Amino acid sequence: MKLVTAVVKPHKWEDVRSALETFGVTGMTVSEVSGYGRQKGHTEVYRGAEYDIALVPKIRIEIVVDSADVEDVVGIITKTAQTGRIGDGKVWVSPVDTVVRVRTGDTDEAAL
Amino acid sequence: MDGYYAFMLVATAFVLMMTVPALALFYGGMSRSKSVLNMIMMSFSAAAIVGIIYVAIGWSMGFGGDGTFFANPFDLFMLKDVTTDGYIGVMFQMTFAIITVALISGAIADRVKFSAWLVFVPIWAIVVYFPMAHMVFSCTDDSLICGRIGAQDYAGGTAVHINAGVAALVLALLIGKRIGWPKDKMRPHNLTLTMLGAGLLWMGWYGFNVGSIVFSEESLADEGTLIEQFMSETGRTFANTTLAAMAAIIGWLLVERVLHGKATSLGAASGIVAGLVAITPAAGAVNIEGALAIGVIAGAVCAWAVGWKFRLGFDDSLDVVGVHLVGGVIGTLLIGVFSTADGAGGVDGLIFGGGLDSFVAQLLGVLVAFAWSGIGTLVIALAIKFTIGWRPDEDSEVGGIDLAEHGESAYDLHTGVGGGVKSSLVAGATKAPEGIGA
Repeated sequence: MKLVTAVVKPHKWEDVRSALETFGVTGMTVSEVSGYGRQKGHTEVYRGAEYDIALVPKIRIEIVVDSADVEDVVGIITKTAQTGRIGDGKVWVSPVDTVVRVRTGDTDEAAL
Repeated sequence: MDGYYAFMLVATAFVLMMTVPALALFYGGMSRSKSVLNMIMMSFSAAAIVGIIYVAIGWSMGFGGDGTFFANPFDLFMLKDVTTDGYIGVMFQMTFAIITVALISGAIADRVKFSAWLVFVPIWAIVVYFPMAHMVFSCTDDSLICGRIGAQDYAGGTAVHINAGVAALVLALLIGKRIGWPKDKMRPHNLTLTMLGAGLLWMGWYGFNVGSIVFSEESLADEGTLIEQFMSETGRTFANTTLAAMAAIIGWLLVERVLHGKATSLGAASGIVAGLVAITPAAGAVNIEGALAIGVIAGAVCAWAVGWKFRLGFDDSLDVVGVHLVGGVIGTLLIGVFSTADGAGGVDGLIFGGGLDSFVAQLLGVLVAFAWSGIGTLVIALAIKFTIGWRPDEDSEVGGIDLAEHGESAYDLHTGVGGGVKSSLVAGATKAPEGIGA
């Protein structure tokens, strides 16, 4: 099992979600996050005083998937979240030792 | 007369409050959090621009003399020959011009360059609104809607609501949908703001409708008749305005309960506005049963009409068409059905045996408003489209029009990490001018 984590542009999240749903991903955890990479923040001015807003709003998606599906899932996210401009985000994959479904106590693949 | 003058001071301030801040909050709450400031700024900037050109030529075009469509813009330029004791009448009409222009902004939320709006506002006021105000409110013998056709419009069903609603429809079609609409839901970001705005609109509407009393020649000739007309007519318009809003809340909630399963707070806020829109032309013409009927019909029909945009595929973002155009048409036409001979217009409608004449006159008034606003708005909107353009680039729209056009964000909810650091403190520079922020 793998944990796929993706940070994408907020307005792309709806496209990513529906593409993953079509593929068969049944659930995910989503958070509103902020950060920066090569895309820096911006400046805002209030009564003439400038403020550096370093962080850019993003959506972070976390999905635990069967190892066999990892390539497909990463591919779908990359394809649907892409605009080709700076700030499109990142996707990374990490190993997962154990998953437990709290309601039933099922473990690992049965719990996905 | 002293009492009337004091009343008009209050009524005028109330109508200005309808735009700043009531409409701005009503619309702002319905827009997305990344575009609420731009939404509010469209109302505030309309107030500034329209107000100033109103005293320059607006009053003169509307009320400066005879004319089928408008009067000479320069006869009363900058209120020359208007004595200061007549200023409150000018200010009262100015607030109507302001809110009519501001109403349009709801159809084009989130996606218009601020510069394009600032160009559109004064041209639309001059080309479309000031003539409509002349045709409806000045009521000279040769003015088209009031004088020639003889349609009744107490406070602006045609001149304000149909006018703004048609302009909204034209702009929504011509400027196009927001990126992602209707696939992305784009739901209202703060309904408490919207409820607050709707409540303030209701309050302000007493200035709008009740303040629109026009004295008859008999009243102006005799003090006793004047007082009698003032008291009986303001009582009627105040009661009708109130009851129509109440009935429309119920009409809207009933329909949405049937269509969508729940009675919502946004439905109640929208119902208030729909009812007030519909009673605007009819406030003086009908009795309280008529006001209740117009209110409940407007609430119910508008609740259904706001779904049209999804079927027809035009992004009238905050339902200016579904509420103001539809509500304005309902109220203007229903005068022909529910008006009573003891009302301000002095004619019976269909159900009181008055025949079809009144209804036909109302229908013609509606058609003139459609044609004038439709053609005028289309020409202005096309001219802007092919010169400076309406839309910002895609990144600006997606990232949020507040940031792109105003360099601000409405809410700072993450002061720990995202709130921003004052540049002057970081860099040791002195970017902030002295004295700012005091």
